[in-house]
Amino acid sequence: MSTLDQKPTTRDEVLFEYLVRLADDRLILGQRLSEWCGHGPELEEDLALANIALDMIGHAGALYTYAAEIEGQGRDEDDLAYFRDDIDFKNLQMLEQPIGDFGYTIARQFLFSVYSYLLYSELKKAEDEQFSGMADKHLKEIRYHLRHSREWVLRLGDGTEESHRRIQDAFDDLWMYTGEMFDMDEVDRMAVEHGFGADLKQLREEWKKNVSEVIEEATLKVPRDDQYMASGGRTGFHTEHLGHMLAQMQFLRRSYPDAEWT
Amino acid sequence: MTENGSKIKKNEWPLWEVFYQPKDGKPFEHAGSVHAPDAEMALQNARDTYARRNEGINIWVVPADKIVASTPEDRGPFFDPANDKIYRHPQFYSVPRASKKRK
Repeated sequence: MSTLDQKPTTRDEVLFEYLVRLADDRLILGQRLSEWCGHGPELEEDLALANIALDMIGHAGALYTYAAEIEGQGRDEDDLAYFRDDIDFKNLQMLEQPIGDFGYTIARQFLFSVYSYLLYSELKKAEDEQFSGMADKHLKEIRYHLRHSREWVLRLGDGTEESHRRIQDAFDDLWMYTGEMFDMDEVDRMAVEHGFGADLKQLREEWKKNVSEVIEEATLKVPRDDQYMASGGRTGFHTEHLGHMLAQMQFLRRSYPDAEWT
Repeated sequence: MTENGSKIKKNEWPLWEVFYQPKDGKPFEHAGSVHAPDAEMALQNARDTYARRNEGINIWVVPADKIVASTPEDRGPFFDPANDKIYRHPQFYSVPRASKKRK
């Protein structure tokens, strides 16, 4: 279903859209993280980032597979990942931004991991057995992503003058993309009504509290909320970066659609 | 040592030796080593490097410079005497078949 098609109305249509949004977030950030492969600041951190990237792509794969099953149109996870255009992707704009420096990558991972953790803690109560089971399973990995990124925020913030400056810059640059995480649109409201969605507005306060505690412990400043907040990712509006990234990510699959691992 | 007295050598993180426990009750085994700036990160790096394919249920990380090890010169005095004292090995007892099977 493309953004320009009809809006979802039935339970299954809403669930499909909801799953695809979650999956897109994880695929796009996972792909971004994978760009660190071979470029990490240390071998061990290179592995850690690649691990997190693989976890996130794995989560996306499971969500896409279930979404495709709910849709019942004969598509599979690869169709959803590789044969949709940028306007059909519903990920948060924050996640498609280029990797920046290590501080930027860590700050984004931390902001998103706190959000994911709170979100999945709700989704594991979803009134849909397969969905809730998936959320519960993935939550364990998310907790690890949170721990890893949190520890790095503390170390970079309370580290050298340069690391402090860089991660503060990262939080300042990323903050305008954080508002979108808590926007509730029609799909979110219908998902809540059907018993499988989370009330994002309710997560905001807890997110802000958790994030602020760590940022302050890291001797950093929490950026101001009364600033311009970007949005639009959920309806297929993206920054210039997503298209370039998809071109690279989807090129092989589109050029050789029948290629298989041998 | 850098000019300001920092203990960080070049840009290298300290080395940690990693041990993992395959199952409850089993002894820890040496897995390898990782570099990390401190204990918590060493634990995370050890997990990412050595324990993400179900290898174990617990991990120890130990600063490599805290391990006291025998040296190659110790090999003679430490280990050679064992070779000609076969009575130190319990192979003169016949082990009942039933207890052999038990693991």
